This record gives sequence, C-alpha cells and structure tokens, in this order.
Amino acid sequence: MANLTLIQAVNDGLRTVMKADDSVVVFGEDVGPKGGVFLATEGLTTDFGESRCFDTPLSEDGIIGTAIGMAMNGLRPVAEIQFQDFIFPAFDQIVSEAAKLRYRSGGQYTAPMVIRTPYGGGIRGGLYHSQSGEAYFAHTAGLKVVIPSTPHDAKGLLIASIQDPDPVLFMEPKALYRSVKGEVPEGEYTVDLSTLRTVRQGGDVTIYCYGAMVPVVERAAAQAAEQRGIDCLVVDLRTLMPLDEEGVLEAAKQTGRVVVVHEAPRFCGYGAEISALIAEHCIEYMEAPVRRVTGFDTPFPNTLEHHYLPDDRRVLDAIESVYDF
Amino acid sequence: MSSALQILAPDGSVVGEPPGLSDAELRALFLHMLQIRCMDGRMLKLQRAGRIGFVGTATGLEATLVGAAAPLRQEDWLWSGLREGGAAVMRGLPLSEYVAQMYCNANDTAKGRQMCNHFQHKGTNYPSWSSVIGTQITHGVGAAYASMRRGEDTVHAIHFGDGATSSNGFHSGLNFAGVWKVPAVFVCTDNGWAISVASSAQTAASSFAAKAPAYGFPGIEVDGNDVLACHSAMAEAVERARRGEGPTMLVLKTYRMLGHSSSDDPTKYRADEEVEAWAKRDPIARYERYLMERGVVAEGERADLETQLLAKIDAVIHEQEAAPPMALKTLVEDVYAEVPYHLRREYNEFIAVAEKLGHAQPGDGAFPL
Repeated sequence: MANLTLIQAVNDGLRTVMKADDSVVVFGEDVGPKGGVFLATEGLTTDFGESRCFDTPLSEDGIIGTAIGMAMNGLRPVAEIQFQDFIFPAFDQIVSEAAKLRYRSGGQYTAPMVIRTPYGGGIRGGLYHSQSGEAYFAHTAGLKVVIPSTPHDAKGLLIASIQDPDPVLFMEPKALYRSVKGEVPEGEYTVDLSTLRTVRQGGDVTIYCYGAMVPVVERAAAQAAEQRGIDCLVVDLRTLMPLDEEGVLEAAKQTGRVVVVHEAPRFCGYGAEISALIAEHCIEYMEAPVRRVTGFDTPFPNTLEHHYLPDDRRVLDAIESVYDF
Repeated sequence: MSSALQILAPDGSVVGEPPGLSDAELRALFLHMLQIRCMDGRMLKLQRAGRIGFVGTATGLEATLVGAAAPLRQEDWLWSGLREGGAAVMRGLPLSEYVAQMYCNANDTAKGRQMCNHFQHKGTNYPSWSSVIGTQITHGVGAAYASMRRGEDTVHAIHFGDGATSSNGFHSGLNFAGVWKVPAVFVCTDNGWAISVASSAQTAASSFAAKAPAYGFPGIEVDGNDVLACHSAMAEAVERARRGEGPTMLVLKTYRMLGHSSSDDPTKYRADEEVEAWAKRDPIARYERYLMERGVVAEGERADLETQLLAKIDAVIHEQEAAPPMALKTLVEDVYAEVPYHLRREYNEFIAVAEKLGHAQPGDGAFPL
C-alpha cells in the first residue's frame, strides 16, 4: 500500500498496465517528456521509451481517430485529451466510430481503447477548462463512461478500463487530482466497471454523486448528521455507463428520499436519468420528490465558479428539504 | 490531365511503360473490372425492383479499384469509402457476403445493421466503414502505426474521394501519417463529383496531389481510367511504404458515370456533354482494346465473359433471396462485448410486446436479468 494522490494513482495505474502489456501505448498532447500538463504521464517516456508514451500533433480528431485504428489493429491505446473541453473536435470519432464499430460490424471489428481526460471546475479555468460533459457521452451507446473519485478507484478503474474490450471514456476530476490522498494497493488490481460504491451508510436520505462532487457530498452528509441527526446514504456511481441500475434502485428504496448531485448543467443532465429510473421503477417507495443539486444551465463561468459549482451548503439544503418534506 | 501518369491512351495504345504482368495477370485484371460492372448493373436492377434499398456504383471507376487493389498482398489493409466493394470482392470477399450485405439480411456479417453498400471483410483486412466522410483516414493511419510498431511490412491502402479531401480526417490523417512516417498509401479517387459538388469546388489548390508535399510526402496524379497506370503507381507507392520510406498520396482522376447513388439524379447538376466525353474514355473499353491487341482477350469474348459473370451473380442473388429472418436479439447485441443489464431490460420490455403481436421467432425470447 502506498498513500497516493489521485493523479499519482493514475500514473501508477498506467505504469502497471504498461509493464504487464507491451501493446499498451499512451499518447496525446504534451504527454511525452513533459509528462502531461497535470503530470499524469510523468516519467513514462523515460521509463518505457518513446514508442510507448509519446506526443502527437495537436489534433484531438487525429488523436482519437488514430487511436481507433491502433485498437483495430492489436494495440491498446490510452489516448489523453488534455482537457475534456477540448474533446469536441474528436466527438465524431468517439460517437460515430469508436462507439459504433462493434455494433455496425456485427462484432467483427472492435476498438478496445481508453480516452483519459480531466474534467470539471474548481481551478479557475473558465468556460474551456472546466466543463463536465459526461451526459453527452453516457448518451452514446457503445461507449463506457467512468469517473473515479478516490485514488484507489482511479487506479483500479483505469486498469479495468484499459483491459476492457470496449472503448472507455475515463473522466478524471481534476479538482481532486492533488486534493485527495488515499491508500492504493501496489501492483495490478481492478475495480469492476458497473458497480457503484457506497461511500457512507444511512437510512434517511440517499445522495447520488460521482467524481469531484463526492467529497462535497461527504461534507454535507457529515453536517446533516451533526446538525440535524439525518443519516445519509452516499453513493458514488463511478461508472455512468453502464450504470449499476440495480444498485441505484436498491439505494433509493432504502430511504425513499433522494438527492442527486453533479456539477454539469441540470437539463438532460445525468441526474435526470437517475430521477427517471427511480420514477419508473420504485416510485412507490418515495416519500419526497427527487431533488437535483447541479451546475446552472449556462456556460461555465470563471469569477463566480464557486457559486456555479454545488457546494456543501447547497447540498445540505437539499438534504434537509427532502428530509423535511 | 496532361501531368497525370498514363500508360494506355484512351484508344488503348501504349504511351508509357506497362507493369511487368503476365498475360494471365493482365486477363485477371480485366475479369475483375468486368465483374464490378456486372455487379453494379445487377444491384441497380435489384434496387429499381425494390429488392434492395441503395446502391453506390463504381461504374466508370473500375480501373481505380482493380489497379489500386492488385498490388496489395493478402495481409495488407484496404480502408474503404463507399465504392470500393468491388476491390474487396477481388481480394477475397465472397460474392455471397457482398450480396447479403446489399440485402442487409441475416447472412450479412454486419448483421444487417448498416445500410446497403457498406461492406467489410475481416479475412482480407477490409474494415467496416461508416457513412461519415473521411473518418477512416485516421483509422488507417493509426492501424498503419500499429503494423509499423510490430515491425511488420504490412501496408495500409486508405481510400477516399475528392470530397473527403475537405474533411478533418484528411488533414489529421495525412498530417499524422507524415509525422509518424507510417506505411500507408492514400488513394484519393477524384471522380469529379461529391454528390452534386464538382471536385473543382472542393479546393483552391492547384490540384489534390499538390496537398501531399505539404504533409511531407509525394502526391502523384494518375489517369484513373487507365488500369495499368493505376497498377503501376500503386505498386510503386506500396513498395515505398513497405520499405519504410513513408506514405504517398495517389490521386486517381476518373469520372463517376452514374449518380452518387441510386437515390440521386445527376442530370440536375451536370451536363450530358461532360458525361459523353468521359464515356469515350471508358476504362474497360480502353483496356479491352489493349488486351485484344496483345492477344489476351479475343474480339467478342467480352460478351461471353459477362454472361458467365452475370450467371454467377444471379445464382448468389437467388440464394440471398432465401435468407432466414433476422434474430431480434441482434437489436441489442454487439453494442458492448456483453449485453449489459439496461439493454437486457429494454429488450425484454420490447419482446413482451413483440410476442403479443406475433412478431417473435423461436430464439427471440427474453434475456435473463
């Protein structure tokens, strides 16, 4: 066991699979000698050579398109998109090609590949270094969407994603890169793609969250317990597609009161899917309307980002409102 | 066209250095060209009869397909656009799979998921193609990188049309290919038209071939109605790639004699005179004259060969008309390696209704949840 930050755990995960599997190649913008703008790939070019970790020309479309071709021809590409905000030039390659290849070819061709990308706000990055675009991708059949919130899960989910037979969008909460630390096992281990994690047990209110919102929700849940004696069940979804639907419904039934938290905009956001699932499959267990605490349906701001992002006070307010309903 | 590589003049006379092919090899090229023309004709008839939905013909482009595919080895990859299906058949795609794909039936290796005219053949490295223009270019470059990294001498032929030279994939693909020096040959078939937009309206560059040097490798114009010129240029580019000397772009200048597809009426946007002028440059007639001169094909033999080819194609069509119904579970299979919980549930909701309506076959039943 080592006590690592989330970004160190990502680096450790990459090293672990690169050691075990010579077909794993890591590439993107500035990921080579520089080690990436956040240093996720630090030291990989030195330790594994330029044929295993390398810089590409500055084209997201080219990075993802060539990654698909590599995956179709025996490599296991791990492509980095420097900020999730920059992924849209590659949207077509991800949505029309990587995600649809297995289906359209009747299983004859596949694209087992991982796209790593830092997402989310909290770094004063403004409109184009802060977005949370998970809903665009979770809506895409054929793609898996994974978001870790702890160093342990970052490594285990990343290894599982690289070994997975399908394309995975691995979204890393950049706000947590260096702000969370935790025990990370040495060597290879995986965390199942499609199993949620229960962060905190409780019987009064269920809170669904993922990524950078998990520590925010944990703080709010602690305050709810301390100030009001409300016991929250906190669920970290971890894999948005495919979702652990049975786990989600089970958690809703346990309390009958639900809050969903994400920093992405609300309209057609991931919380809408959670709300709809609950409405369709276990409305009879519900004691209160589902509350969503989310970013605004606006572009991402800069100076007022701390108001845009859900914080523990807004989450606590939602907990109290469903509890008191 | 004056600068384009030409070996056979439109009248079939030799004006360049023919590739060193045996008579049998020369004859095989002719048969492949005839087969493409025959397949196009039959598919169009099936479409007009309402048996299949869509055809994107290669009529007029036969020399480009056959000439550019012939120099490839079995293990080389051919990344296609809409019109390269005939090259796939030439390299080993069974005619039955070609026709099954046109029918999008239960025998189709793509399980009827793609619309007509979207072929694939794993056995000869002819990958599944999407309808989005230019996206296969970067795939071919990435796959060529993978071949190179393993130390193989496999070459990737990456086909696209004049319209695709305006796409993101063209720029990204050629740029990455030049930087990585991958074993690829870009085959741009300039057939004059991207649906209704003339190739002259795609770029202000002096030619499509002129773009390649900007990416650090040669671009070569070839008379795309001259199968020997296409063969010769491709053979040289393939060998250059195999030797590790990097990519080449060939621009095969030809003409799409029919509409963009069976859904298109080209008389709305182009002049009859233009079509008639290109008809005089027909790639099959030109090559036939050369082969007759050389004694490889006899006068009048073409009609017999076409009769034989059509009989073969018709027999396959009859087989495919009798394909079994599509298994309904293919609706949700192959989205992921395993069918996930939410798709099993969605399917089960659907099949409950389908069974009530009598639309389900044995084997279509629910998934365990």
